Amino acid sequence: MKKTMLQKPKGFIDEYKHKAGAEKDRTHYCPGCGHGILHKLIAEALEDFGLVDETILISPVGCSVFAYYYFDTGNFQAAHGRAPAVATAASRANPDKIVISYQGDGDLAAIGGNNILQAANRGENIVVFFINNAIYGMTGGQMAPTTLEGQVTTTTPYGRNTDTDGFPIKMSEVLSQLTAPTYIERVSLHDAPHIRKTRNAVRKAIKNAKERKGFQFVEVLSTCPSGWKMDPVKSMKWVKEKMLPLYPLGVYRDLGDDAKITTRPVPVMDPVAVWEKLGISAEADVDFPRGDVAEEYRKLSIRVAGFGGQGIMVTGQALASVALEYGYNVSWLPSYGPEMRGGTANCSVNIQDGQIGAAEAVKPSMLLAMNRPSLEKFEEAVEPGGTLIYNSTLIDIEPTRADIKVFAIPITGIADELGNTRVQSMVNIGAYAAITDMFRVEDVIALLPKLFKGKKQAILDLNAKAVKAGFAYVKDNFK
Amino acid sequence: MARMLMKGNYAAVYGAAMAGCTAYYGYPITPASEIAESAASLFPKLGRTFLQAESEVAAINMVYGAAGSGQRVMTGSSGPGISLKLEGISYCAGAALPCVIVDIMRGGPGLGNIGPEQSDYNQVVKGGGHGNYSSIVLAPNSCQEMCDYTMKAFELADKYRTPVFVLTDGVIGQMMESVTIPEPVKELPDKSDYAVYGTPLHKNLVNSIYIDHDDLEEWNLTLHKKYQVIKKEEVMYEEYMMEDAEIAVIGYGSVSRVLRTAVDAARAKGIKMGLFRPVTLFPFPEKEIAAMPGKGVKHILTVELSTGQMVDDVNLALAGSIKSDLYFRLGGNVPSADEILGKISELYGEVK
Repeated sequence: MKKTMLQKPKGFIDEYKHKAGAEKDRTHYCPGCGHGILHKLIAEALEDFGLVDETILISPVGCSVFAYYYFDTGNFQAAHGRAPAVATAASRANPDKIVISYQGDGDLAAIGGNNILQAANRGENIVVFFINNAIYGMTGGQMAPTTLEGQVTTTTPYGRNTDTDGFPIKMSEVLSQLTAPTYIERVSLHDAPHIRKTRNAVRKAIKNAKERKGFQFVEVLSTCPSGWKMDPVKSMKWVKEKMLPLYPLGVYRDLGDDAKITTRPVPVMDPVAVWEKLGISAEADVDFPRGDVAEEYRKLSIRVAGFGGQGIMVTGQALASVALEYGYNVSWLPSYGPEMRGGTANCSVNIQDGQIGAAEAVKPSMLLAMNRPSLEKFEEAVEPGGTLIYNSTLIDIEPTRADIKVFAIPITGIADELGNTRVQSMVNIGAYAAITDMFRVEDVIALLPKLFKGKKQAILDLNAKAVKAGFAYVKDNFK
Repeated sequence: MARMLMKGNYAAVYGAAMAGCTAYYGYPITPASEIAESAASLFPKLGRTFLQAESEVAAINMVYGAAGSGQRVMTGSSGPGISLKLEGISYCAGAALPCVIVDIMRGGPGLGNIGPEQSDYNQVVKGGGHGNYSSIVLAPNSCQEMCDYTMKAFELADKYRTPVFVLTDGVIGQMMESVTIPEPVKELPDKSDYAVYGTPLHKNLVNSIYIDHDDLEEWNLTLHKKYQVIKKEEVMYEEYMMEDAEIAVIGYGSVSRVLRTAVDAARAKGIKMGLFRPVTLFPFPEKEIAAMPGKGVKHILTVELSTGQMVDDVNLALAGSIKSDLYFRLGGNVPSADEILGKISELYGEVK
């Protein structure tokens, strides 16, 4: 027993090679600091459980920023307060490893307050060792969230005033309000019996982590002789007399054998199965044969506009989707930002061979206006020689332009006759097909299951009727 | 069928999936949320990790953790979220960790609005976070490129062990186009020399502290050299009708699409105008721009959705050889091709 106590645990690196400067056989911690004791308890536990080679340690910002100097594990050094976030990702990447987030009170309870709260709440399979010494050590003794009321620090030179500086945060109590953590205990390093209790807590947390029992949290009350401006002996007394009454020691959560075992899968990278799993077929895309499309419809910039709820976006997306199947280049851009104002929804669709330039149909070669405000707003912008299709069921004014082709179609009326106003979009597609000769009705109907994924056959049938009705109306009424 | 109609935001995630990205960490923000949503939908199907982080800051630090664990990892956001991520990106650069960040720019400053802008250029291209670092920045202008360049971003990130941005604006993120999904990568690079796996053979250290001044100077010089190699090797750009151009319009992202339309309209009027589109913003195609005056370009107009951020790089490249001009729109407004032509004739008269 005595021999073991005097040995450096195998959880530590033999020579601290990462440490700057010459003294590679000792730590950077001040005399009387608790970090060294806690480090040793952790290193010892890792050795005893045979976990040194399966552990990933996250060093925080604060005095333990250099924890990676010492531990013979995989090591990360993290940004201030973010160790639980880094630990989360390390654990998700390597779900079968022990991931330790080692943090001080400024790091964990101040700047990283939300990170620890959320990692705990997700029940990450990580062990958090939280050194609470009521002060910022590394930066030279400023107030920590755990600083006691009245305690003098460099930023509370008149003592911590709870009126202006708030109250000391009790992290074990806070985290024990969450559902996910399975083990939370507060221990102390102020004398040998308590160090022994700390040792037990450290070992329990690491053992739980090995068993994938989720979030483990050990708060360790510790000394900071330099920050407190006391000698080590007085510091230990101060922990006992001042800190213990405020931060009661004990177990705040221990689900023991009732703790849920959380096993997360190892992320896989299986290139062969990617397409298959995403439903992408390796077969080449075969275009529908194109019809005889008139010159004026071979490069279309289309504005579709109407009320929200009139299927404006669906019409635009359907135009683009179907044209894509004939091998055209297509783009669809929803009304976006300021265009949304005024109760009209609109989108721009480009259909052409060759590269598409501007996505927005600022000067559309075709306008599909589903309501009066849309006609009033966009008619002026239509390119001379362009095409206007308007919903004559709802629009009770005549278009003013004489230099464009006009198709007045009772789109809403046709849809209503079919028994469902919502099929207006497919009436539009039918009408478009008849005007441009770009789509064949049977092709559009064949695509309906793809356009309306997951919809029942009855809905698909109704939409097929709508395509036919839109097509027929144009063929019957216009030359 | 590998051809699909999809939003640019979705296309980026398909590109990531094909690149072997096994982890996505993100936070919702308009107009980039579909990136997180599509990752949430696709990644579990592939046995990969998706996690909605508690904040942008947490997300980028999870990216740091995943990258340090040897994963190909991505996050996506927009202006205000990118501002929050910059600290973590600096850590990734400082620890030489490869990762991909997609930024779908919106209007700023502050909460701004969700319309398209290009006002993140400085914070993304000029480093943004603290310290001497640069991120490689790819600027796609179509949904296909969102997919392809996100995929390429992973290659570059691993090649140089550095953060790579895919920078575009709300127009490209929100629009839908035909995207042909590329073949997935067959294998991933070996990262065992630096990644932390928690195994006896890989007791690596992911770290950005160099407490000794000389050590940190040396590390900065190493990074600096890497950026010089990137500047030499990785410049990408696209030219349209530049062969005989007397007027060059310069723009990236969605603006370059409007400029292409403007060039077509100008050419129809007999104006010798061409488009120069930087595809990489860092490295910036400075040599190509510097060479323009020598190739007969008399006027250069940079068009941006910002008060002029990229134009500084254009002018640095030109080094005063000729005076260049700037035209911009802001707040979510996008210039039309006619507007560009109007500006061209206002500035340069009836140039033929």
